[in-house]
This record gives sequence, C-alpha cells and structure tokens, in this order.
Amino acid sequence: MEIIKIERKVLAKNDAIASEIRGKFEENGVFAINMVSSPGSGKTSLVEKIIEYFNGRVNISVIEGDVQTDLDAQRVSAYNVPVVQIITNGGCHLEANLVNDSLKNLDLVQTDLLIIENVGNLVCPAGYDLGEDMKVVVISVTEGDDKPLKYPKMFINSKVLVINKIDLLPYVNCNIEQLKQNALKINPALQVFEISCTSGEGVGKFCDFLESSI
Amino acid sequence: MHELSLAQNILETVRQNVTADELSKVREVVVEIGAFSGVVAESLKFSFEAITSGTELNEAVMTIVDIPFCLKCNDCGSETSTEIPMMLCSICGGINTQILSGDELRVKELKLAEE
Repeated sequence: MEIIKIERKVLAKNDAIASEIRGKFEENGVFAINMVSSPGSGKTSLVEKIIEYFNGRVNISVIEGDVQTDLDAQRVSAYNVPVVQIITNGGCHLEANLVNDSLKNLDLVQTDLLIIENVGNLVCPAGYDLGEDMKVVVISVTEGDDKPLKYPKMFINSKVLVINKIDLLPYVNCNIEQLKQNALKINPALQVFEISCTSGEGVGKFCDFLESSI
Repeated sequence: MHELSLAQNILETVRQNVTADELSKVREVVVEIGAFSGVVAESLKFSFEAITSGTELNEAVMTIVDIPFCLKCNDCGSETSTEIPMMLCSICGGINTQILSGDELRVKELKLAEE
C-alpha cells in the first residue's frame, strides 16, 4: 500500500484560531481566563463574585458558554458588564472558532479581564485552547476529593485550582486536604485557592491574584 | 459527542491530503491517541465510520495507535509511566518534570490501495 505521511494534530485548526485570538488579546491588553468545571460547581457564582469584588475598578467582559439557554448571560448582565452568550446546541465544550466569532460583540480595547465560562464538563474542554492566558479549574467540595484523579487532563492543563463551597465542608464527605493532595499529585504547579461564593470567604484572595496577573 | 467533531476534523485532514481521485483508494487512516488525550478510541472509530459510510471513503478504516503516558523528571532523570497521568515524579517526588508523551491526538498517516 502507498503510505502518505500526515503527522497533523487533529485539533490543528482549533489551535490556529486560538493563536489568532491570543494575538488579539495581546494587542488589546486583555488578560483572559478560561473557567472550566463540572456543571454546578459554581462558575457563574464565581463570575458574579469577581465582578462584585472589582466593582468597576477592572474592566471585565464575560463570555458564557452553555449547551442551552442564555440564563447565565442574564444573570451576569444584571451586573452591567458586557456579556456574550454562546449556545453550543449540544456541543460539550467551547471551541476557538465560537469564541473568535463572539469577540465581534465585545470591545476588547475596553476589556482588562475577559472571563470565558466554559460549558460545565470536566472532560472535553480540557483539550481545546481558546487563546486564554490560563485555565482556571473550579471544583466544589460536594463533588468529592477524588475528582482530580478521575479527570486528570483538566488538572494538568490548568494553572489554577479554585475549590468552591468550602462553607459546606462540615456537611459533606470531602477531605479538602486529600483533594488538594490529589490535585497537586496530578499537577504540582497548580495554584490553589479555597473559597465560598456563598459566604465570600477566600474570594478576595483569588481576585487579588487575578489582578496581579492582569 | 466530542468524538464526532474530532472525526470531522480528521475527515477534513484526509480530504486535504489526497486528490479527489485518490479518496476512494484510502484504506486506512492511522490516528495516534495519547493515554490522557481524553479521547475514547472506540467512539472515534464509530464516529468516523458513521460519517464516511456511503461516501468515497467507504472502505477507509481507522486504525488507532495508543501512545502511553510518559513523564521525565528533571531532578532524578527518571522516565516513568503511571496509570493515572501525574506530573509529580513517582520516583523522587520531584515537581520539576515534563511530559514526554500521552497528550497526542494526531493523524499519523494514510494508507492507499495501489493501482
């Protein structure tokens, strides 16, 4: 048989668009985070808390990704920040071309911090570069302390781990030290923040870290 | 259906690399999948079959090459492979490590029937 060598990454096209997006961010001085987690860990609540904390001091724009509905964009728009909703219609993750299209509806010059809230899913979004500066993986204590071991790729590809809902620790079967140990075994370079979007505990520390990165 | 969109990407790559006449001669599409690429090989093969059946690529079969996770520790120099991909060195506990393989998701080559 005749063999044709290809050696091409399956996601080469996505990566090329992601590089283009990264260029736009650099040009406009945008610091972008790609927030990933399983559904219900509190990503949207954290977006709200970040906006509240900065209170206009940092110009924030938000891209919301969901399989259906613009409920999250509605929630975020109550805070008077520019927000674009991407509905994937069944797609389990955001891809770079979707983000690139949505940038047309945002003013990057007026954006210091862009928060991309990915579709709730600990598997697929790990493989897709969206041009972000860093992936921030959010995990809530109600999900249990073994998740980093079960979904390692997400933790390898993230720079920051935010552990949410720590106010619920007395009520759930989750050993937070074990959770951190598991995550750091997978990726020792992870920066870890423990927060509660309900009580507000730890949110300031995380936001200060974001501000220092911008 | 994450694998379906990957299969479409692969199909596009195949189409870009052969002429229209050669399409029906493609017998094998070899894809490399790393141990922690997050891709289910069986789903990917199924998706590829689903989108190629009844087309010029009807006779093309996807072959998967599994690539194991391999970590190199820059502190102790060891190269290890753990079942769960961990970036902490399992020999010395060092954190100064680099992934050598396991994240691949690549179309390696196409095999075409000779005239």
